[in-house]
This record gives sequence, structure tokens and C-alpha cells, in this order.
Amino acid sequence: MTQTPLSTTIKSRPVYATLAPRPGRLHLIVADGEGAEAVVDLIARAPDRAAMLAAAHILYTPGPNGTDQWDSLQALGAAQVFRAPTIPTLLPRLAKVLADAHMGTQFYLAGTEGLIGQAERDIMATGVPFVAIQKEHRGSTVRRVQCVHCKGITENVATDPFRCSHCGLNLFVRDHYSRRLAAFQGVNIDAEDPGQVPEAVVRFQ
Amino acid sequence: MSLDFKPGAFNDFFRDETFRDDFTYRNSPQNIRRFPFPFDRDDYMYSVNMEPHVPGRKGSVFEHEFDVDEHYVSEMIDRAKVLADDPLRCQSLPHMTLAGWDLLELIMVSKARDYPQWFSLTRDGNRWHWINRPLGIDHTFTFLDESTLPYGPFEYITRQTQGDFSLQDERDNDLWMDAGMITSQADWSLDFDIGMSFMEWHAPVPLAHDMGVFDRALKFLLKLQHGAPVRRFNWTMTVNPLLDTAPETYPKWGPSKTTLTQENLGNKQHLRVELQTLYRLPRSNAIAFDIRCYLGKFEELVTVPKWGRRLHRVVRDLHPDLATYKGFIRNRPAMVEWLSKYDDGAPTSPGWWPED
Ligand code: HEM
Repeated sequence: MTQTPLSTTIKSRPVYATLAPRPGRLHLIVADGEGAEAVVDLIARAPDRAAMLAAAHILYTPGPNGTDQWDSLQALGAAQVFRAPTIPTLLPRLAKVLADAHMGTQFYLAGTEGLIGQAERDIMATGVPFVAIQKEHRGSTVRRVQCVHCKGITENVATDPFRCSHCGLNLFVRDHYSRRLAAFQGVNIDAEDPGQVPEAVVRFQ
Repeated sequence: MSLDFKPGAFNDFFRDETFRDDFTYRNSPQNIRRFPFPFDRDDYMYSVNMEPHVPGRKGSVFEHEFDVDEHYVSEMIDRAKVLADDPLRCQSLPHMTLAGWDLLELIMVSKARDYPQWFSLTRDGNRWHWINRPLGIDHTFTFLDESTLPYGPFEYITRQTQGDFSLQDERDNDLWMDAGMITSQADWSLDFDIGMSFMEWHAPVPLAHDMGVFDRALKFLLKLQHGAPVRRFNWTMTVNPLLDTAPETYPKWGPSKTTLTQENLGNKQHLRVELQTLYRLPRSNAIAFDIRCYLGKFEELVTVPKWGRRLHRVVRDLHPDLATYKGFIRNRPAMVEWLSKYDDGAPTSPGWWPED
């Protein structure tokens, strides 16, 4: 199993579980990278596999580490499958599916925290409470981080500290997480002693 | 209609001072005596320290519902500057407008009752006439009609009221911080936290979660009744009389923490006390949270011998995780050295009042 173990941290940090099939008229599944394995496992657990696939719409994009398991998803035979090259190109399609979705839609998100967080944000914006959205973390642990100073978001942060891709400040990565922004918080590490930046270590892979 | 201030009235009472650049802020001798010193004993740890917000001793910060003191006008001018630089410090999610009207009513009614020389409110049905003499404001508007005010009701009234405010919506047995006017905060970001639940926005606080403090506090707040507000103290430390210590501008004010010497510490180092009051609002059922910040220079506080002794002991013995979270671990040794001169080891009396 490649389920990503996350050490328990502070209470704003999202928690993840294993995806479980639930009865629904539409199964909206959004995944990236190794999240494809969670989707394959989800379908395998369905009491009526064919029925679930006939009502499934899968949106997929490769992971930030390059993992691309599109073939395994395509082979499932879901009613609709879509491969986007990146997360930003996946989100407009998700918005359209959400606009058309009816009552009785089940939401399943799998993969990295960046993909899960942004999909969850867009689903919640349509009025779905976050407890109704299932999330399973798989694959890379790189983070999506908002610079608290310039508000710019840096994707796929692997090291702590890192340089903000917008304003260039050196930021340390907090565990404090905003669901509204789908991002962790980055704070200037050398504010009190300008220039004294500790060496960056890889914390997220 | 605009909210341009025309201050000048009562300027024998309201100080003309700054919380930035040349930092002319200070407390007059009378104001030091009424400083809300938050330590009722010689040590400190987190607890569910809440009590009914009922009128307290005459002359104290507890005398009235909303304390208006000599810093009022200058604090409101500072807030206007913070908002001009960064309008994201005041935000309100769309469903919070009614709670904003609730708060506007609570503040206008209280201030007009408690300080008739400065504020007046005349109501004729929904036609309201509000006069704020210290800020030179005289407005007539229609209650519950946003188009008759220069800002939304929440921003309008909190631009005229000392203290940061947040409004919490109650849903699913939880509180959600869905609006805020946050310009004098102890290093947390409204823009990041807006929309979070009680446990989420408190996530960065050390120790208290494991102590069960937040579980008990939330349970207590969910039972809060209209007309029975409560209050508590929180505190931290700030170098220079900066009201606005926001994470957004940390690179600007962070370096000031490295400027303390034994010679300037008494003037530069401030105890920052938050008198927090919580009100259940009548129409929206939201909870208003008022975080009123009082800044006291160390050299002002030690003029009360009991406070000098006690502050030394609290700072010296504070749990290192709290000193780190509150951002003064690097300056603690210097603070303790400076304060030790005001601690002769004599016992202190219980409670926070200066002379009891
Ligand atoms: C609904 C009203 C409340 C709001 C909006 C609120 C908000 C906050 C915020 C934003 C912080 C800063 C967290 C950070 O570091 O990012 C904080 C800290 C804290 N809060 Fe609250 N709070 C509320 C009620 C309470 C209550 C009732 C208690 C009672 C125990 C409490 C106890 C604390 C403590 C102990 C801290 C750490 C403060 C420090 O050490 O400086 N809060 N609160």
C-alpha cells in the first residue's frame, strides 16, 4: 500500500481516510498521481462494480512528482473519464460537472493535498458541506503554501524554508491550514534577523 | 456621506499620539492606575478564565460595556491608516450582514447610554440619528438598510470603536469566524483564518488543546445567552507601542525585537493586554468577540510596586512554549534582568487591582 501516513499535527490540518463506496446517482471522482490507486481500490470495494462505474465520472491529472497512472483509470471502464495535463486545467471541467450535478452526488478525492484541497474548495463553494466529501491522501507530500505577506501561492513546496515564488521572501512552512485558500501558511523566516536564513531541508517529498 | 473624521473636540482628554513611526503613544499617570493588569497571582498558565461581563469598579476598564479611554481618537486614526494600506484587514462573508447590524446596535446603544457627553443615538422607528462628537460624526441612516451608510454596518461601527472585532456564525454545534475587523492583532491573520471553525483558528496555540481548554471553552460559548456577555483576559508582549502587529507586515516590525537594551527596555517593551468580551447577538444568533488591546510600557507598570514584583515573577517562570508562541523567548532574559530591579521578593496580594 502506498497510502501516505501523515503525522498528526495541529487541528486546522485536514485529516484523510480510505475512500468507501456510498450509494449515489453520480460518483464524482477527482484524483492525481498515486491517487489513481485509491480509485482502483475504491471501485474494487463496490458491492455492485458495474453499477458504480456506470454512474462514475473520473477527473485525473498526473502527480507533482510525475506519476501518471492514467492507463489504470481508463481501463476501469467508467461512464466518463478525463485526463487533464495539470491541476489548473482540471478545475474548469470540475466546475462544469459541479454546475450540472444533482442531489445524490457522491464526492471522492484522492492523491496529493494540493489536488484534494483545491477540489474540496470548489465543491464546498457550491454549498456541499466538507464532511460529505471523502478524501484519501496518496503519493507526494509536497505542499501548496500561501505567503502570508504577499498572499501569493507557491505550488509543490518540498523544502523548508523555501523562497516565495511571487515576492521572493524566505518562508518557513507552518502546519496551519486554510480550507478556504486550500493552502498551508508560509511566514518570513528571517524577519527578525534579515539575511540569516537556515539551510533548506527537504521536508515534503 | 463619508466617514472622514473631524477630531478636535475634548482634546484635553483624548491624546494626540502615534502607534507608528515616532511612537508618541504613552499612558497618562491616571491611565496607568486603570491599566487592566491581567495577572491575579504570581504565575500564569492557560485556563478557561471566563467571568460575566458585568459593570465593575468605577473608573476601571470594567465600568462600562465598552471602555472608551484617552487613546480613543488616536487609535481610530491608526485603524483608518491600516485599512487604507490593506483593506483585507476587514472582511465579512455575505451571510454576516445581519450580525453586523446587531453589533452596530449594541455599540451605539451602549455608548450613548454610558457616555452621553460624547455619543448620542436618537431612534424614530428605523430612522436613526447617531452623533460621535470625539470623531466629529453626525449621521442619519436607516437601520437595516446598508445603502444609507458609507460602509457596511460592521465596518462602519468598528471604524469608530476601539478593539478588534470578529463575528462568529453558529452552525453544526461549532463557531465559524465569518467576519472580522482586525487591525490591532497579536500576530494572526484574518485573511488566512476567515471561515475557520473554533478548533481550526485556535490550532497554532500550544498546550491548551491537550489541557482540554478549547473543548470546555467552546461548550461554554455555545450556551452563551443574549444579554449575558462574558469576558476574559489574554496577553502578550510587544516591542514599541505597535497596535498593528500583523503577520502580513512582520518583515517590517520583526526587526524591532532586536533593538532592546537595558537602557531603552523600560520605554520600548510593552505588556499587551487583551480584554476580550463575548456577546450573543439577538437577531443573527451570532457571537461577537471584542478583542480590546491595552499597551503598557514596562516603566509605566512598575510605578505600581505590586505589578513590578508580579510581572517579574510571571515573565521569569512562564512555560517556554508559551514564551515562544507569544514571540518573546529571545528577549526574555533581558526582560527578566530589567524587571528584577523591581522585585524585592516581598509577597504580593491576590487579585490584579493596584492597591488591594
Ligand atoms: C469566539 C471567540 C474567539 C475567537 C474569535 C478567538 C480567536 C483567537 C485567535 C485568532 C487566536 C490566535 C491563534 C493563532 O496563533 O493563530 C487565539 C488565541 C488564543 N485563544 Fe482564542 N478566540 C476566541 C475565544 C477564546 C476563548 C473563549 C478562550 C478561552 C479559553 C480562548 C483562548 C485562547 C488562548 C489561550 C489563545 C492563545 C493566546 C496566547 O497565548 O497569546 N479563545 N484566539
